[in-house]
Amino acid sequence: MTGRHRNPVRKSFSSPLASAFVIAMTVLWTAPTLGLLVTSLRPKQDVTTDGWWNALIHPDFGLGNYHAVLFEGGSGGSTGLMPFLVNSLAISIPATLFPLVLAAMAAYALAWVRFRGSDAVFFTVFALQVVPLQMALIPLLRLFSSGAHLGSLTLIPAVDLKGSYAPVWLAHTMFAMPLAVFLLHNFIAQLPRDLMEAAVVDGASHFKIFRSIVLPLCAPALASFAIFQFLWVWNDLLVALTFAGGTPEVAPMTVRLAQQAGSLGGRWELLTAGAFLSIIVPLIVFFSLQRYFVRGLLAGSVKG
Amino acid sequence: MTLNPTAPSPSSRRRPVAVPALLAALALTAACSNSSGGSGGGGGTAQTLTGDCAKYQPYAGHSGTTVTMFASILSPESDNLEKSWAEFSKCTGIKISYEGSNDFESQLPVRVAGGNAPDFAIIPQPGLLAQMVKSGKVVKPPAQTVTNQDKWSPVWKTYGSVDGTFYAAPMSANMKSLVWYSPKTFAAAGYEVPKTWADLMALSDRIAKAGGPKPWCGGIASGTATGWPATDWLEEVVLGTYGGDVYDQWVGHQVKFSDQKITTAMQTVADWMLNPAWVNGGYGDVKSIATTTFQDAGAPILTGKCAMLQQASFYEAQWPKGTKVAPDGDVFAFHLPAVNPAIANPVEGGGEFLAAFSGRPEVQAVQNYLSSSDWASSRVRTASGWVSANQGVDKSLYTDPIDKLSAEALTDPSATFRFDASDMMPAAIGSGQEWKSLTAWFAEGQSVQKVAGDIDAAWPK
Repeated sequence: MTGRHRNPVRKSFSSPLASAFVIAMTVLWTAPTLGLLVTSLRPKQDVTTDGWWNALIHPDFGLGNYHAVLFEGGSGGSTGLMPFLVNSLAISIPATLFPLVLAAMAAYALAWVRFRGSDAVFFTVFALQVVPLQMALIPLLRLFSSGAHLGSLTLIPAVDLKGSYAPVWLAHTMFAMPLAVFLLHNFIAQLPRDLMEAAVVDGASHFKIFRSIVLPLCAPALASFAIFQFLWVWNDLLVALTFAGGTPEVAPMTVRLAQQAGSLGGRWELLTAGAFLSIIVPLIVFFSLQRYFVRGLLAGSVKG
Repeated sequence: MTLNPTAPSPSSRRRPVAVPALLAALALTAACSNSSGGSGGGGGTAQTLTGDCAKYQPYAGHSGTTVTMFASILSPESDNLEKSWAEFSKCTGIKISYEGSNDFESQLPVRVAGGNAPDFAIIPQPGLLAQMVKSGKVVKPPAQTVTNQDKWSPVWKTYGSVDGTFYAAPMSANMKSLVWYSPKTFAAAGYEVPKTWADLMALSDRIAKAGGPKPWCGGIASGTATGWPATDWLEEVVLGTYGGDVYDQWVGHQVKFSDQKITTAMQTVADWMLNPAWVNGGYGDVKSIATTTFQDAGAPILTGKCAMLQQASFYEAQWPKGTKVAPDGDVFAFHLPAVNPAIANPVEGGGEFLAAFSGRPEVQAVQNYLSSSDWASSRVRTASGWVSANQGVDKSLYTDPIDKLSAEALTDPSATFRFDASDMMPAAIGSGQEWKSLTAWFAEGQSVQKVAGDIDAAWPK
């Protein structure tokens, strides 16, 4: 441990002035969310006529908007937000796990398994990050619906995935891979070489090393990527709308929220309630995984 | 460093096993969705419908099939659509899987280009219809749909056609040439609903001089579409001043915005909605029109701070619950008179067109049904808020006074109906530069010449 009181950075961060600044920033940053919460509790008439801060003076709160969002039928005569929340989970969890598993394996192989062209592969994957998602939507959709052909030769057959989660999973996995491989590669490449050599000497296979050494050690990196990916997929509207469509069988909650405002955007008091409901799950994920951000698992792993 | 590959341990075999399992799972999903999307069983054979279902006999023979429909109409309006064809679905066994999205305009081209087109799309803009037809994926309607079209006035057929070929039958019509007002306030102050443009201007002047509420209110803010209500004001004046021919030439840019005809029309709009003495009731000065949302624009009419609002029939949905919309109620609307009395009954409006992306027999059956007077009547009967310009719909079916007023104006043979010009112009203008420039006109007080010049300059070459 370095001496706490001799560290000037740490000292400047714990001064009363800095604390006051941090608190001010936090309040400023949280104000819109508070506004969202307050608005979601107000009746429509109030929402359209005056600002949410006025409600703090003349409170007139109710859960009507939440009831409307959760239980009032919508397009397709559905039962509110519930099936869409389930869809969101059914999309987000696999779409987080697939790239996580694939990227961890790829990152390990690229970092520690020497093979011809591994650097070229890594740089290609890294460079793929510059391809914007929006540009790949139509080609990918076309690939799913009609396959890939070279002249009369079928390279990839057409798969009819309409109306299932599979195209959304695949799309999210593909779009996530470059960044995931890059992030995890950098983390895994910095693991102590001694550990790997010791494992090889003990007769461990690549898979054994990967499972018993790499995975536990890069848990913080995996967790932070998992958080990013989960939040990205959870909040995604574009990919879901393009690949899943808006039917209650497969559409995630974001699609439903976008529909909830009505054809003319007149019901945005419902949006606030829906948006607040949609925040809850990411908050749970964040708070349950956030300790991985700060936990230094590496400390002492070699010396011990 | 090089880690030498070692002999595979039992655990390292897990990965190769997992991959085929995943592929198998994918193949399974693919197989499942294949069978549900296919033509299914039960269809094809002659099927006789009896009882209440007998009237659906022409559409029979496709039981067990599903057609998909994609549109921009969201709940609660879309629920009424689904109710309107529920009986048809039950009797014929054709399921209509409806999907509404407010990203419809951007999603439809993506899905069509990606080979994932729905069977039907309900397209509200003739411009988007033309774009879809150019993609080559729109299928021409069956003969019965074309015959059904005769119940609509001929101008509608041209709006559903691209390069002279008829593709999409109109499903609904809406009327934009309305002025919302409060009958109670009018009665209390002794005002009469004006019959001519001159009367309307005289009335506005009288209200302004009375010192109470301002005569007009307006709002053109609408998120990324800010400015569209202002395009309607200009369109009303152009159509009402010069009639259909000049309007059509204006849409086609043979008459430019900087043409004297159009700048004169803009000046008429300026004297009306940019008149500091007349606007913006309940909100402030002329500039506040640019920052007031179109949804909120009419609220001051209910509180007595504004007398009139020019807005389409669909504005009815924006009045708060409990507002009585009737000739003797809290709010009602009158037909905006023509600027030039020589132009008979100008009606500016919009509509929605049903385009098919598949020629399967069940798709054609649905297309025939949805273009018929029977369906139009069924939809009107289901709930208010839907107007058809189909002559076969009995006017007494309209329960809502605004719907009735719109239907009468839209089916009036003497009316000069024209489609919303900004929906017909190229997207770069109609949903781009015209919105921007007209917003700047209100917000920054730019001159008519500059606004017109900017729009002309942005017209795609």
